[in-house]
Amino acid sequence: MKTHYGIYGGQYVAETLMAPLKELESAYEAAKNDPAFTREFNDILRDYVGRESPLTYAKRLSEHLGGARIVLKREDLNHTGAHKVNNTIGQALLARRMGKKRLIAETGAGMHGVATATVAALFGMPCTVYMGAIDVDRQAPNVERMKMLGATVKAVSEGSATLKDAMNEALRDWVANCDDTFYVIGTVAGPAPYPEMVRDFQSVIGVEARRQCLEKYGKLPDEAIACVGGGSNAMGLFAGFMDDTSVKLVGVEAGGKGIASGEHAASINGGRLGVLHGAKTMLLETPDGNILDTYSVSAGLDYPGVGPEHCHLHDIGRAEYAVITDDEAIAAFDALCRFEGIIPALESSHALAEAIKRAPKLGKDKILLVNLSGRGDKDMENVMRYKKAREAASNV
Amino acid sequence: MKQRITNAFAKAKAEGRGAFVAYLTMGFPSLAASEQAVDDIIAGGADIVEFGVPFSDPFADGGVIRSAAYEALKQGVTLDDIIALAKRLRAKHPETGFVLFSYYNLIFSKGLENFADAVADAGIDAVLSVDLPLEERDELLSVLAPRGVSYVPLIAPNTPIERVKESEAGLENSFLYVITVKGTTGARTELPSDLTSRLDAIRAVAHLPVAAGFGISTKAQADEVSRHADGFIVGSALVKCLAEGKKPCLG
Repeated sequence: MKTHYGIYGGQYVAETLMAPLKELESAYEAAKNDPAFTREFNDILRDYVGRESPLTYAKRLSEHLGGARIVLKREDLNHTGAHKVNNTIGQALLARRMGKKRLIAETGAGMHGVATATVAALFGMPCTVYMGAIDVDRQAPNVERMKMLGATVKAVSEGSATLKDAMNEALRDWVANCDDTFYVIGTVAGPAPYPEMVRDFQSVIGVEARRQCLEKYGKLPDEAIACVGGGSNAMGLFAGFMDDTSVKLVGVEAGGKGIASGEHAASINGGRLGVLHGAKTMLLETPDGNILDTYSVSAGLDYPGVGPEHCHLHDIGRAEYAVITDDEAIAAFDALCRFEGIIPALESSHALAEAIKRAPKLGKDKILLVNLSGRGDKDMENVMRYKKAREAASNV
Repeated sequence: MKQRITNAFAKAKAEGRGAFVAYLTMGFPSLAASEQAVDDIIAGGADIVEFGVPFSDPFADGGVIRSAAYEALKQGVTLDDIIALAKRLRAKHPETGFVLFSYYNLIFSKGLENFADAVADAGIDAVLSVDLPLEERDELLSVLAPRGVSYVPLIAPNTPIERVKESEAGLENSFLYVITVKGTTGARTELPSDLTSRLDAIRAVAHLPVAAGFGISTKAQADEVSRHADGFIVGSALVKCLAEGKKPCLG
């Protein structure tokens, strides 16, 4: 199994986790090659998640912009409202296959926590979700959802009390309980084999989108655009087009208040090489190597690292990584609401904002495929709060 | 090259006891207090001192050491400060074994060559990184070895015996840090019942001395462990003493 992507990736973990990682590697390797596993995974995606998710042409928005056609991969229509569930189903199936009795997860915005709590209920497994105390406050509806689904939510109040600290606490739980506990990581980060495994489970996004695009338009998209926090929805989309060199792959990082402000979560564009949570990757850190608090209006992109494969795709030039600020993401959020009647997640709004920037410069024959990774119901309060603060600032 | 770690274990053995390895989170409650604490713990019998470097994301540590690390970071304590502290202490304690105990990002972020130069210059004998297993450690070892600085491998309860051998291959002036329990650092009232047989099994294959750590907080536990190991490591219990304003000592 591949553990590194160029100079990135690896297994930078405590020695106690090496045996569980090796156990996971071989279990995943066997599952991947077992048609029964793949069949069950696909059946659940169809009958429970509601796949395949549609491809929607954003007609009014595209015509308004007057350039390329913007086409949306509708992961927001999945059960639980985001792409996260594709991965949690895969990992829960694997956990059951390995005889693990309990699921644990970290979550930032709460979408991965909800998706894990959901599959835990579906498979009848106890589940503990670690969440930074600050995120527990700003994502209260998702905390209620997880509890409703039977999961235990543990607020982590130390460090910066956000996603990275939740992941630290999940790792501590896993070290102590690795015999019977499966750690469901929510993104393409962490030690090998997680980046590869999560990408594989999410690759259904890109594989479907590629086929749908060919069926609908008779050609591949010109660009495939997705937001990148840890980077799982982007890797899932990119996986479908990796060998189609004509398709430009575009990841979009959270620029917060702008890279120059220092308040952002753009690890590839604004970070440097380091080691965190099991992988060598691009990181936001202090000059002496401590991890920085990140900032984005979107809690789901608010992570100081990024999946190692993204760093490698960036290095070799296979993918490019843009930056979208809070203001641009909110404008894109508004635009999709008003032009298409779709309320997107703030995370996905970053990808959409990049497409909105690019579309007018391209001909009408061009197709920009945007991964609409989640729906925005969870973000209503954030958006309203954000707009109120901006209004107040402009009235000063 | 000085063989301080080897010598420390040899001396303890000659005296019919296990070597006392003391971990302190440096910079807690202050750098000056850490300097005093190292003096105290060496006076109190420590053969080897582990210089714990505070990190923003201490995912392998229990509550006591985490709190100490956050407190030290609040005061702006860095890896460079701690290497400088080790250098000052080395002048006072020429024979005590010094181990730098750090998360890998702090080491990596300094630049491996720079890091290796600095620890060698400070008279640090070996480096231990909690999140740098066998699979990933070559890049660090390749800059430490030419400067005569060794590396301390961690051995977990679930590390296969074959891997124990691989972990110590090529290392001298070091020891095997055997983790007694699956979990994070911190005192435990009871050590696992199979610990002694595990230590015996590791010792049967190891060429390096074997020291057990995690959960050891009392003299009685240290004595019990020392019957099956060459040394014992105490961390959280010492840090807790400092948190309570006392001199670091075993319970």
